[in-house]
Amino acid sequence: MAPLIQLSQVTKTFGTGDAQFQALRGVDLEIASGDFVAIMGPSGSGKSTMMNILGCLDVPSSGQYLFKGRNVGTLDRDQRALLRRRYLGFVFQGYNLLARTSALENVELPLIYRGDGREVRQTLSLAALSKVGLADWAGHTPAELSGGQQQRVAIARALVTNPELLLADEPTGNLDSERSVEIMQLLTELNQTSGITVLMVTHEPDMARFAGRIIHFKDGLVDHVDSNQPVPA
Amino acid sequence: MLFTTFILAFRSIRRHLMRSFLTTLGIIIGVAAVITMVTLGEATTLAVQQQIASLGNNILLVRPGQGFGRGGGGPQPADFDAQDVAAIRDQIAGITAVAPQASSAVTAVYEGSNWTTSVNGTTADFFLIQPWPLVAGRSFEPDEELAGKAVCIVGNTVRKNLFTKGGPPDAPLGQRIRLNGISCLVIGLLSTRGQAGFGGDQDDTVIMPIKTVQRRLTGNLDIRVMLVGVDQAYDSPTVQTAITGLLRQRRQITGDKQDDFNIFDTAQISATLTATTTLLTGIVTSVAAISLVVGGIGIMNIMLVSVTERTREIGIRLAIGAVANEVLTQFLVEAIVLSCLGGVIGIALAQVMVLIIAPLMQVPWLFVPRINVIAFLIAAAIGMVFGYFPARRAAGLNPIDALRYE
Repeated sequence: MAPLIQLSQVTKTFGTGDAQFQALRGVDLEIASGDFVAIMGPSGSGKSTMMNILGCLDVPSSGQYLFKGRNVGTLDRDQRALLRRRYLGFVFQGYNLLARTSALENVELPLIYRGDGREVRQTLSLAALSKVGLADWAGHTPAELSGGQQQRVAIARALVTNPELLLADEPTGNLDSERSVEIMQLLTELNQTSGITVLMVTHEPDMARFAGRIIHFKDGLVDHVDSNQPVPA
Repeated sequence: MLFTTFILAFRSIRRHLMRSFLTTLGIIIGVAAVITMVTLGEATTLAVQQQIASLGNNILLVRPGQGFGRGGGGPQPADFDAQDVAAIRDQIAGITAVAPQASSAVTAVYEGSNWTTSVNGTTADFFLIQPWPLVAGRSFEPDEELAGKAVCIVGNTVRKNLFTKGGPPDAPLGQRIRLNGISCLVIGLLSTRGQAGFGGDQDDTVIMPIKTVQRRLTGNLDIRVMLVGVDQAYDSPTVQTAITGLLRQRRQITGDKQDDFNIFDTAQISATLTATTTLLTGIVTSVAAISLVVGGIGIMNIMLVSVTERTREIGIRLAIGAVANEVLTQFLVEAIVLSCLGGVIGIALAQVMVLIIAPLMQVPWLFVPRINVIAFLIAAAIGMVFGYFPARRAAGLNPIDALRYE
């Protein structure tokens, strides 16, 4: 079976002329379906750029990115949006929930764009909220939830469409260590029980050790890869 | 898909009630201000036009003196007399009637009420020249005019102030009022005419036969003003020239000496009033345009203030798989709904305002469809443009940049 993600000689250049900056300088990478991968590296090492490309939010300047065998570099904005809608789920450091909108309606959002009917949306959203342990908080708005709870709502929103790949960008960056461990345990559980491929950017080694593989970035290139005995959920 | 977009748009409006309200408010104020201003402007124009019509079309006012007023130094020009009236009536072609006028300030008394007004002495021809129907009673009989009988036709303001006891509308008929001590029989009641074009209440008058006024009030045979009705078939400047010639001859004004009288054509008054009205409409329109701009800036501010929040929202929507067009359509629907709602409320508010203000300004109530449509369209367009373009810019951003937008 082809890997879920396959990158060959991917580069990303920002700016032009003297201001030109090469964030990625020819990355080769493969991620198989069902992996739990952490990407680490110092600031400016290219890990966020990597994440944006892997999340189909951005395209490589050169090289090839195959997602499920499709060359993402040749897709236009809308095609990438449809790809995200179908296969990807995002979790951000800043949660990025819609304000003044209940947890349930936040989780429903991707389903609305997918075109699901009202009842399907309700059922799936409640199920997703249960999975992150917030079934009782469905009617609360982000302002009424703690940071950890907000991030769990965000995770519920990311997995409500049953994606193949969950991308988490510093998901614990705004949380204390206890809340962080809870989030990581949740991701690990999703990875192990639902078989969702999880890709996480972090700069905290404590969080990275939950992943099966840790890819270290440095100066726009993969520096080295650590295999890990993942922490059991 | 469109249905989904509508759901999202309505959810968004409901969730941001304050923002939605403020956006709508900008449009409401803009629309209401413009419609109210222009409607009242048009109502004023209409009122002035009605007054112009009430002047009668083809009337020449012949008065002693040069132009307006009595002029500067020098001897006061003489008033006219009955021979002048007869001469004009007999010698000038193209006139329907000539009505002399002599007036005097009097205190009118009826039972316990008294009222200071002016008595206007004239002949029945006055009513031929000026369209001023009676609501009750009759005009002077020829023998009453000839004999100078003490009969009078009462204007509405005088009637209201003297006959305060109520009763049927024609109750004053047959009653006797005292004018500076002269007992006078009320034979007719004038219909309401309203404010004159130059201010002053036209209804504040009592009309009597000129002979009565001359004999018993002014004490001389002078005629202050002659009203000349011009036949529709004749050109009023031509008639005016003929009268000027005749009067110069009668008053022995020769060579290049200036006239010591003046002839005022009501067509000139109409022209003046029309020009004033045009100016007024211009002013009102600019004020209206300014309010629309102010309203538009209000809308723009609210829209731009919410851009930060909305840009992040767009980032979120794009990241979880919304296509740029779906996000844009949602924002467009929101803007259209809010703008149209504001427009409709604005129109309703404007009608209420006009309903309240028009009577205070003593102008008729009007509904001007044109300005309602224009104001609505412009305000809605402003709302849509300023709702749509920031959203379009944001939807064009990379989702990640939109998420990080501060």
